[in-house]
This record gives sequence, structure tokens and C-alpha cells, in this order.
Amino acid sequence: MGLLDKRFETGNVFITSLDNLLNWARLSSLWQMQFGLACCAIEMMAASASNFDIMRFGIIPRATPRQVDVLFVAGTVTLKMASRIKRLYDQMAEPRYVLSMGSCANCGGPYWEHGYHVLKGVDRVIPVDVYVPGCPPRPEALLEGIIKLQEKVRKESLVKKSA
Amino acid sequence: MTAEEIYNSLKAKFGDAVLEAKLDALQPWILVASGRTKEIAFFLRDDPVMQFDFLMCLSGVDYNDGRLGAVYHLSSMVHRHKIVLKAQCTKENPHVHSISAVWGTANWHEREAYDLVGIVFDEHPDLRRILLPYDWEGYPLRKDYKVPEFYNGMKVPY
Amino acid sequence: MIESKTLPTRYVTRPGEIRTSSGKTLRTDEMIINMGPQHPSTHGVLRLEIVVDGEIIVDVIPHIGYLHRCFEKHAEHMSNYQQVIPYADRMDYVAAMNMEHGYAVAVERMLKLEVPERVEYIRVIMAELQRIASHLIAVGTFGIDAGAFTPFLYAFHDREHILDLFEMTCGARLLYNYIWVGGLSHDLPEQFVDKCKEFCVYFKPRIKQFNDLLTYNEIFVKRCANVGVLPKDVAINYACSGPMLRASGVNWDLRRDDPYSIYNRFEWEPQVGKGEMGTVGDTWDRHIVRMREMEQSVKIIEQALEGIPAGNVQAAIPKKIRPEVGEIYARTETPRGELGYYVMSDGSASPFRVKARSPAFVNLSVLPEISRGGMLADLVLIAGSVDIVLGEVDR
Repeated sequence: MGLLDKRFETGNVFITSLDNLLNWARLSSLWQMQFGLACCAIEMMAASASNFDIMRFGIIPRATPRQVDVLFVAGTVTLKMASRIKRLYDQMAEPRYVLSMGSCANCGGPYWEHGYHVLKGVDRVIPVDVYVPGCPPRPEALLEGIIKLQEKVRKESLVKKSA
Repeated sequence: MTAEEIYNSLKAKFGDAVLEAKLDALQPWILVASGRTKEIAFFLRDDPVMQFDFLMCLSGVDYNDGRLGAVYHLSSMVHRHKIVLKAQCTKENPHVHSISAVWGTANWHEREAYDLVGIVFDEHPDLRRILLPYDWEGYPLRKDYKVPEFYNGMKVPY
Repeated sequence: MIESKTLPTRYVTRPGEIRTSSGKTLRTDEMIINMGPQHPSTHGVLRLEIVVDGEIIVDVIPHIGYLHRCFEKHAEHMSNYQQVIPYADRMDYVAAMNMEHGYAVAVERMLKLEVPERVEYIRVIMAELQRIASHLIAVGTFGIDAGAFTPFLYAFHDREHILDLFEMTCGARLLYNYIWVGGLSHDLPEQFVDKCKEFCVYFKPRIKQFNDLLTYNEIFVKRCANVGVLPKDVAINYACSGPMLRASGVNWDLRRDDPYSIYNRFEWEPQVGKGEMGTVGDTWDRHIVRMREMEQSVKIIEQALEGIPAGNVQAAIPKKIRPEVGEIYARTETPRGELGYYVMSDGSASPFRVKARSPAFVNLSVLPEISRGGMLADLVLIAGSVDIVLGEVDR
């Protein structure tokens, strides 16, 4: 203790808890799965293009579920597609998060009443962390949803059960 | 050619396969026998005066009185005329002869009509469901369709 | 290479066998690869079952329906013909104005309704702006399929200008509910005409820049030329329409050949593929047809902006839409091709049957025919050049 105690005044040393460090690392690089289903996918693509740019949040689109942290379910989930979504979610490695984007993924959207082939909300097959409302949500709304997800990750702890 | 001339020409060639026509409607239509659609379609495509080379649309309809029907919208890029053909069948015997040998696009359209309305197209090369899952039961666009409660463990209604 | 010592040396190879350099025969087999429904290159939830022999494609079997959202059932249950419009524009979400326009034209023809001149001009401007926006997505994602990421960013940046114009008019960026039966939901704001003219001036050099970046790039040309050739008679037999048909050399455009709005008042030309870099009807032709159509759309917009008359855009919207018993099929030209609506009415206020004949559904059915014999990497480009939007394929 005597050698190190209060010797470093000019910076270069951070003291933090392991929880904070790990959460900061995880929320700053939430890799996303390229999984656009319907109209919300176009807004997701617009969000990753140059005007709104989600890559500055550390979110890189990857093609395979093994390498991603977050699954943006963007668009309507149909009954035919639901089993594939479950399979993709199962293939993701923990800690994994799901952001449900748009009304159709939240609750069935405009197809809630007569859609015989539409799953009324993706939370009927996989657990969802953040819901982003809108039809389609603006890219800024998606960014707010991502920030909310980052807040959720920031509050996690190693000792408590999480995603 | 006008709709009247097309109707007369078809009546002359196919006689009793051409059942009725409504030539004063907004878009005149001709009802043909559901078993002879392929021959009539070949004639309409290959005859040099008609030359209906473009099948615009093929729809399946449930008329809500026990009849099912297929509606064919044809047009000709050469002569710039259009005609509507209809073929009807009953719910108990929902068979219409396929025309996928005439226009390649009819293949997927007929699969869709089979999938949603339940019309079976005879001699179709590959008649199976196209939009709904392969193990779906029922034909959703029929007027008396009841939405199932569960599908593979997922609740379907809201 | 595995040499089998049990197979005898024969002088003739049978089908499915190849001869190695030492004279032994090697048996090959076909493999079935599944592509999708989650795949970065399939433009949505499309599943392709590909039968390959090594790298050469023997057959492609598309499976669709992963986005079937029951448009036709919803249309039958709506209590009003106007309420179908939001569902219509969710079908092809990339070209929503054109979908609404097609439905409005169909119902207006059934009602024998004439819309005011101002409405026609604004509809043409919106439809052509939407055509540019849709083609920008098409060429941007086509570039990604070929491996070029930068044109995608350029395309989306230009598209944001168009979406700003739409947002100024009706409040929405992607799905508008703007073109109603008989008129429009809002009139143009005051700054719209000036901002639109500024956009046209800004956009014309951007097309040239995009062409220099992607279209005439030698690697891109080598990848796209002579790939996925669609012959003219196959295209007509399979009822292909839009840029797919025009790229195969058929000079057919519904805006001129089956007129539905005031396009005959403007000077513009449908663009036809000529096989400049390869064969007529290959993927490069489809790409250049889309690029040139964007230039023509800018021309139409500029001419339309000069001549918008004054008027009330909501004057002709009927209070109750109750057509007489009958049916109609009306077709319009969307960025993907011929969109047709078959609307049947039984005299009541809600439609009896609305069938949407979507261009992407029909254009996709020709995919197996044009990709046989090509390689696996070519299939990605061919599927990208068909320019499908799965919301429209599955409805």
C-alpha cells in the first residue's frame, strides 16, 4: 500500500468496480443482428446510414447470431417466422438482449384484429427488454430505445441474475 | 378487338364451353367452363388476332353463395386489348383446370389461389401452399373461415 | 481430391462423375443449401433452397410467406374504402405513395370519379419522388450485395432529403396515408415547391457521382454483366414488369401505354436496356435502367412543379363511398413494376374483395429460370437485381 498509496496524481489510473467496468464495456459495444423483417427494417437501415449513424454507439451489424449481443426485432412477426426467431434467439450467447421495434413487434400493430397469420407481439415467443413504439418509429426513437437499453445494461451486476 | 368480338370468336370456336358473358360492365367478362380453361387459354395466347401474351392477374374469389371462382385478367401488348375470363366451381367440388402450361406466371398465382381460397387446380405441376405454412389448416379468404385459437403452441387471436 | 481406389478406371465418364488427372473417376453429388429466411443478402425474409453441384446452381426453390400479413382479409373487414389505404402502403413499404396511388386510381375508376387538376399534379410529384427514393434503396442495397458499402451511404443520404419533403407535407417519413380516394389528406405547405426545386438541382449531379462510383466501376461491371440474363419472351410469359421487363429490351411502361394520370403532359422517356456491357437483360441492364429512370423522374418533377394549378385538394373526396355492384382491375406503374388492384364491390360500404397483384411476387417467380447455371455468388446479385420487397411479395 505504501508504494502505491496516493502516488498517481496526474491521471492514467482509474479505480472502479468490476461491475461498472464490465457494464461499461458491454453497453459500449452492443453488436446487433441484421434482422429486419418489414417496414421497420428500412428505418433501422436509415438509422445505421450516415444521417443518424448508430455505429457511433458501438452497434455493428453482424450476420450470425453467435456473435451478437442484441436482437432488434424490426417488423411484423408472422407465425411462420416465429419458430425461426425462437431458434435464432436460442443461438445467441448470453448476455443477450432483445429490443422490439415498432408496433407490430410490440403487440401485433395494425394487424391485431384480423391478422390470422400475425403473431401479436414478439414477446409471445422470446423475452423482450426494451419496446420502441411507433409505426414505424423514427430513427431518433430507435436511438432513444438503444440508450434505454444501455441504461438497463449499466444497472446490471455480476452477482445478480441478468439477461 | 372489342369484348363483343372476342366473345363471338370464342363462342364460335368452343361452343358450349363459353357459358355466359357480361359485355356492358365496366370491364366486360366472359364466364367459361372450369374444365376447359387450358384450351381456351392456349387459343387466346396463340391466335394471331387475339395474342393475349400477358396474364396480368389471376385471383381466387369466394362469392359467399357456395361458389368459388378464379378470375383471369388478360392483356395483349401487341394489340393493346384486354379481357376478363372467369371460371367458377362449387365448394363441394372446387376444381378448375390449371393454365400454368400457357403462361408461366400462372404457376404461383394458382398456388396462391389454392392457398387462400381452396380452389384445386388440376394438372398443376406443384400445387402446395405458398404464403401460409405448409401445415396450416383451412382456407383463410373464404367467407366462413374461423381463425384458429392456437397454432403450434402460439395463441393466434389478440 | 480424394481418389478412390475401388472405382475402376473407365474411359467414359457417366453423369455426375469427373475424371481426375490420373485417369480415375470421381463421383460428385448435389448439395442442398438453405439461404434465409434470416440472411443479410436476401432483402427481407425470403428463404431460398438452392441445389448446387459444387458452385454451379442446379435449381433454386424460393419459399415465401414469412411476411404474410393478411392484407386481403383486412381489406374485407374495413368499414370504409378509405380505411384500406394504410394497409395498402404497408405492403410495399419502400414505395408507399405508389401503392396508395394505385388503390386510389382503382376505386376512383369504379366510382367514375374525376379528381381536381391540382390533385393529379401533386400525385404525380409524390409518385415520382417516391420512385427516386425506392430506386435509391434498390441500387444502394444492390451495391452491398456486390460488396460495395459506400454507395449505400450515399443513396440513403440523398433519400433523407426526399423523406424531409414528405415529412413536411404529411408528417410521416415512410408510411404516409396521404393519397386518399378522391384527393389527398393534406395540401402542400408553402415552402414545398421551392424546396423540391432545390432538391432537383441538388440531385442531378449526385446521379452522375453515383454512376462514377458504382455503375461504371470495372469490378462491378465484371460481376454484373452477362449474369442472370432474362430473355424477352420468358419475361413476357412470366408477366414481368417494370425495370425487369424494360431491361430485357421491351419498351413497355404503363405510364405511357396504359395511362392512368397526367403523364402524357410531360416530356419523358421510358428507359430500355440495350446490353451495353453484356447481354440485353442481364443484371447490369436492370441496374442502369433504374439509374436512368431516376433521371427521368427528376425531369417529370421539374415539369410538374412549373405547372401546378391552384385548387382544393379535398373537394372531390366523397363523404360516403358506396360503389354499385361490380368489379374493376386497375394497374399503375410502381418502381417495381405493374401493381394491379382487383376490387370487387357488392354495393355496401366495405369492399367485398380486394386483391393486390404485386409486381415483386410475379417478378420473383422468374428467379429459378434465370439463375440456373450460374454460380452461388451470382444468385445473390440476381436476387438483388429483381428488387423484391417482401411485404409486397407476401402481402
